Amino acid sequence: MDHFPTNWGRPRNDMFDAYGTYPIHQRPDNRPKDTFADSVQRTQQPIVTGTSVLAIKFKDGIMMAADNLASYGSLARFKDVQRLHPVGRYTVIGAGGDMSDFQHIQHILEEVQIAESTQQDGHELGPVEIHEYMSQVMYARRSKLDPLWNSLLIGGFKDGKRFLSYVDLLGTTYSASTLATGFGAYIAQPLLRKAVEGHEDDLTAEQAQNILEYCMRVLFYRDARSLDKYQIATITAEGVNISGSLKLQTSWDFAENIRGYGAQTQ
Amino acid sequence: MECGVRCPRRRRVRPFCTQTAMYRGPGFDFSNSLRNDFLQHKGVALPKATSTGTTIVGCIFKDGIILGADTRATEGEIVADKNCEKIHYIAESIRCCGAGTAADTEFVTAAISSNIELHALSTGRKPRVVAAMTMLKQYLFQYQGHVGAALVLGGVDSTGAHLFTVHPHGSTDKLPYVTMGSGSLAAMAVFENGWKPNMEVGRQPLSPALPSWYSNDNVRPAVQREEALKLVCDAVAAGIFNDLGSGSNIDACVITATHTEMLRNFVKPNERVAKELKYGFRHGTTAIKSEHIRSLVVSEEITPIRGEAMDVS
Amino acid sequence: MSSFNPYTQNGGTILAIAGADFSVVAGDTRQSEGYNIQTRYAPKVFRLTDRAVLAVNGFAADGNMFVKKVKQRLEWYRHAHAKDMPLRSIARLIQTMLYSRRFFPYYVYNILGGIEEDGSGAVYSFDPVGSYERETCRAAGPAQSLLQPFLDNQIYFKNQQPAPGMSHPTHLPLQAVLALVIDSFTSATERHIEVGDGLEMYIILGKGRGLQGLEGVKGVQELTISEDGERIFVVRRELKKD
Repeated sequence: MDHFPTNWGRPRNDMFDAYGTYPIHQRPDNRPKDTFADSVQRTQQPIVTGTSVLAIKFKDGIMMAADNLASYGSLARFKDVQRLHPVGRYTVIGAGGDMSDFQHIQHILEEVQIAESTQQDGHELGPVEIHEYMSQVMYARRSKLDPLWNSLLIGGFKDGKRFLSYVDLLGTTYSASTLATGFGAYIAQPLLRKAVEGHEDDLTAEQAQNILEYCMRVLFYRDARSLDKYQIATITAEGVNISGSLKLQTSWDFAENIRGYGAQTQ
Repeated sequence: MECGVRCPRRRRVRPFCTQTAMYRGPGFDFSNSLRNDFLQHKGVALPKATSTGTTIVGCIFKDGIILGADTRATEGEIVADKNCEKIHYIAESIRCCGAGTAADTEFVTAAISSNIELHALSTGRKPRVVAAMTMLKQYLFQYQGHVGAALVLGGVDSTGAHLFTVHPHGSTDKLPYVTMGSGSLAAMAVFENGWKPNMEVGRQPLSPALPSWYSNDNVRPAVQREEALKLVCDAVAAGIFNDLGSGSNIDACVITATHTEMLRNFVKPNERVAKELKYGFRHGTTAIKSEHIRSLVVSEEITPIRGEAMDVS
Repeated sequence: MSSFNPYTQNGGTILAIAGADFSVVAGDTRQSEGYNIQTRYAPKVFRLTDRAVLAVNGFAADGNMFVKKVKQRLEWYRHAHAKDMPLRSIARLIQTMLYSRRFFPYYVYNILGGIEEDGSGAVYSFDPVGSYERETCRAAGPAQSLLQPFLDNQIYFKNQQPAPGMSHPTHLPLQAVLALVIDSFTSATERHIEVGDGLEMYIILGKGRGLQGLEGVKGVQELTISEDGERIFVVRRELKKD
């Protein structure tokens, strides 16, 4: 209801809710329009990107692997990027996709940790909480049509329990004993599933590392945006340990005796 | 051509109006392509061809070639054929696995198989794999990718064992191990880990009680055996269980200089369980409106004929 | 530059059948995207109350978020009214929640199953923007076109003439319904690439009904929390993994 007689009978804008009569979540946005902000495009494409992240459950916890490459389209631009990031004492988050969005994620996770520690109530954020927080953030951003263009793997070990899950730019989440993002889903996941499914409680750390190493090798052979330098993160009851960069041994002489691509014999 | 109609042969310019004549040149008739483009632009979808989804693989081992394939044919998301055969016959010692549009793979392999036989009769020699490969690639290139056949061609001839992939646009690759189809990445991952030159083929059948692709070779090294056939089956199994376009059973074909063995449904890891209920229908479930019973035998007369019984040897 | 598509399809199929005094809500456990299996176990059927079970299918992120929001509303109701929300009210609530996002919908097909206030088994099915209807049986998801005709024939006895002098039962016993659900899913798994891996069936039994029909069923796990009388169980089965 408009209480001002000088407005009655004059041109009015029903979209403008002057007295807050609508329920909050349906209130139309009638703030002064910021034409600069409006012209900012929201739908994106990822620019500097990371490729696959792999993770498996093993006997003592979780192991996660990712290479050290951030590509700029087809250019292998940054070769010493760390795509596995520890969050507190119990969790590691690995990201593929846009690296600037991942750096933003690292920043907001740090803020969340600070907020939690200032509570000083003895509670600490574990992988379950980090997963829940990230899935809400990612889903909210996609619902604003302004996604954080990443596929994240969240792995951790807290209170004797292993945790491993996936969140992506759409807010899709799922959990399994073996996970892989990007190209890894096509190439590494079949190998990981065969090696791990059913044996999560028997695999030793050494076996888990071997499995991840040969998957990273196959990815380096077949993913055109990968690198032969990678890191492995291990999360167990002892805490989070992210290894230094490891180099892959590869062999490229498998077709030494082949000439040409068809009928050529010389 | 100024009328915009694309023809595969460009030998003579044919004005559009004379195509109303009954003469149809060989090869594909592209005269509907303008209309189809228009319809697609208006939102009418092209009918979906049956595609094989598929995992097909091939690898070279000590004595020759092993080819492997799954047996699922899909029509979009529906399984059209749960047990189709994707390893096609080209010649006695040459076989071809096909992925892509099922009709295209079947017809192109049958056509080249026929031509190879004629070629072999004409040359008086056993057919060579490079001959089949060249015929396939020239045919596919001519159709500029419209024939959707992605093939793994392998065989043994007088020059040795050869393994090729042929892509729908006509390019070929010569490699010691290859995979094609939607499950090719899963299968290639298994090959990249397991392939070695000069593998043996094991003759022991895979135990049905414990499917080998579920075994973790890293955990139980005592059971590990380097078998080319096992590797091929593992690769196809990786496609079957991780790719939705592939499924059902594993076919294999072992080709050596002396002998070709087609192992149809070599492994069947996906048998259907027995149904919970029986779904028979009582006679009369479908309403019978009227019933006429007529004997088709109008009259019958039996005349015995003396003499010897008919020679049916 | 192609614009960001906020939706995707995660495959799978759900199904619900209402009996005279029970309800069965089932869904497979495979979550896929394109030709890829994301996980072999991602539940699509959720217990809301001891009387109501909600199955969601379509875009998994929207589905999971929607279930979370429905559970939150039911919790507020319980605190405000000191009782669980009756099933038909939950159905109406789901409609308004879906319609409130009419212009950026939750891309999910919902099926709500449970026990009504009068003790009868009920199934409510929804479209992504809230249109709903109470039915005896409904299948939803990619394999809907394979399952619904089968269910129409076996539950509604469509295209079946009864034996002379007899008539078809309006409701089937629990054992028959469970067998039909299992056969439906094994058949859908055979012919639809996105269905498989595992099956989860939630069984909601009316007050005072007892457990007949559940004896002999392997792997029954009870999820009942309250003492109101309705009981809720879950049964899991394996499906083909190819």
